[in-house]
Amino acid sequence: MSNKESHWQKTKNHMFVTLAIWFFFSIVIFMFGESVNQGSFLGYPLAYYMSAQGSLAAFVILIFWFANKQEKIDDEHGYGGEREDD
Amino acid sequence: MFKGGFIQNLPKIYGLYTGGFLVFILLMAVLESAGVSAASIGIMFVAFTVLIYALIGYLSRTIQVDAYYVAGRQVPTVFNGMATAADWMSGASFVAMAGGIYFGGYTYMAFLVGWTGGYVLVSTLLAPYLRKFGCYTVPDFIGTRYGGNLPRFCATLVLVLASFTYVTAQINATGTIASRALQIPFELGVWVGLVSILMCSMLGGMRAVTWTQVAQYIVLITAYLIPVFWMGSKLGNPFPHFMLGDEVQRLAELESQYGLTKNTGAAIKEAGVPGGLKYISNPHSAVPAGGMAVWKYLSLAICMMVGTASLPHILMRYFTTPSVKSARKSVAWSLFFIFLLYFSAPMLATLSKLQLMDPNLPTAIIGKSIAEVKSIPWVQNWSAVKQVFIADFNGDGILQLNEWFMRGDVVVLATPEVAGLPYVISGLVAAGGMAAAMSTADGLVLAISNCLSHDIYYKIIDPKADVRKRLIVARVLLVVIGALAAYISSMRLTSILGAVAWAFDFAMSGLFFPLVLGVWWKRATKEGAVAGILGGLISGTAYLIYVGPKFMANTPWLGIDHLRFGIIGASVSLVAMVVVSLMTKEPSSAIQKMVDDVRIPSGRAILGKQH
Repeated sequence: MSNKESHWQKTKNHMFVTLAIWFFFSIVIFMFGESVNQGSFLGYPLAYYMSAQGSLAAFVILIFWFANKQEKIDDEHGYGGEREDD
Repeated sequence: MFKGGFIQNLPKIYGLYTGGFLVFILLMAVLESAGVSAASIGIMFVAFTVLIYALIGYLSRTIQVDAYYVAGRQVPTVFNGMATAADWMSGASFVAMAGGIYFGGYTYMAFLVGWTGGYVLVSTLLAPYLRKFGCYTVPDFIGTRYGGNLPRFCATLVLVLASFTYVTAQINATGTIASRALQIPFELGVWVGLVSILMCSMLGGMRAVTWTQVAQYIVLITAYLIPVFWMGSKLGNPFPHFMLGDEVQRLAELESQYGLTKNTGAAIKEAGVPGGLKYISNPHSAVPAGGMAVWKYLSLAICMMVGTASLPHILMRYFTTPSVKSARKSVAWSLFFIFLLYFSAPMLATLSKLQLMDPNLPTAIIGKSIAEVKSIPWVQNWSAVKQVFIADFNGDGILQLNEWFMRGDVVVLATPEVAGLPYVISGLVAAGGMAAAMSTADGLVLAISNCLSHDIYYKIIDPKADVRKRLIVARVLLVVIGALAAYISSMRLTSILGAVAWAFDFAMSGLFFPLVLGVWWKRATKEGAVAGILGGLISGTAYLIYVGPKFMANTPWLGIDHLRFGIIGASVSLVAMVVVSLMTKEPSSAIQKMVDDVRIPSGRAILGKQH
């Protein structure tokens, strides 16, 4: 596999993992909202908490993690140039 | 005082600006205690901040194409994050979101999840690749990737439809706030709002909008957070975000004590409740039972997420960063800055609800005698402008939960007054709302006019036009589109133009799959893209007309109502695009190589610096 192909393969996998986590925090939790709400966090009902803060915070962390890891993948394949040269 | 260029000094410049703004707030507080009237303080807040934005707009003027369209591609990561956050958070987010949560409770918070989760899609699927492409506008990508003027034209159509739906609501909001703060009629307020918006964008295009949006973000976030923390401390929760667990449970108790009663439409009509006012009938934190409730929540969140990833005025902010890497990071910072406001909105809703409902608090009104409530000054003020209303349905002279009507905006605008905070806070909130509405309106008007001037005028009508002529056309279009939006707002037609959510549905119907598949599926063809854009747009719009309450008002299928018509549009778009692509000849090797290049984060952009 050429360098370019392995870079794209890893990039794709990384995208799928990120979207799987996203799917969990945006869809799966709220699919079971009623039972999730039986739990609690900091005294808040859990589904309410996830909708008000929890999932939002998870997305922020997820995107930072996504960007950092993608940068590592780029560096490993020699595509980590800081600026384009145009 | 400053060594080095403008970009190196940004932290210093905006640091000074923030300090200056805080000093200005203190000065206003001093003036208030010295006896200056509330009205003058409101005027000074709005006028002073708008003048600062206009000054930044003037200082950022430019005669270069890439500065005008993409701010010279040199906006640092974190600052682009702030600018995107201001671009994103509209007057509606600032003024109406806490009110929406106040009345809608858990169900409404699908908007919170949707409007943040969408950024994961932006970051993973689109932003870095569009940045690598080096386009000026979103249709610029569609036009180059698929080739030919037809896809470019179709994408322009969706962009204009989605952005224009959105911008009239924003200009309407600037008009409302300007008219209230400056005490002028609404129709005049709309034009004052428009002039303020144009001052920020006309001379410097994207560059000017970027630097004013950063300034507007600082004002709006300060204006949102100060009242939340202040009120939190007053109720003994200095950091309300982590300390309101008991309060949320207390609200559930109070709800069962007072009872969540639904009023009949006839009763509301008979009592003469002014239009747009609501009462609490949804539980604050309880999850409604049943599969349909779950589907309603999820479908709304999906529409908002996918719509976010298709809105051109947001995507174009990521064209302004220096590199692909910084575009990716910049999405993360954008969401962080948005998060600061969004995770405060539910707390604001909780605090203000508790203040009105909890009989142990001095501010409570529910359960008191109506005569007593009607003598409270803030109730009188807001009743006079038809923003709150009391209807004694059962005639017992006691205010019940379902007898208290209020406009959603009042939650943000009146809460400082209800909690007994000084007027300076209300002035600050007005300035924040103005900043939020202006920054979004600026981004939208610029997205429309840049697209028309670049994609329609330069790429299709007159490809030989020189730089001077292109920039003149861009500016003329900016004024014309702004004026058109202001004219429509001033006629108060916004109620028939529909909800902000429609903009998201239009964008996702016509643009999401053509954009994503353009990067992620080499086999996607020109014919497929045209089928995807038009198929999505036409089916989505047709469905909107079929179910829209102001149109044919038919019963929605599977609960997919007019706020969620993007589900239909985007599904049709995906199917049409895949089927037609597979039926037509695969793209040329030159196009396939272009897609390969887009996927490599380093190296030259596909389109040159000036094109």
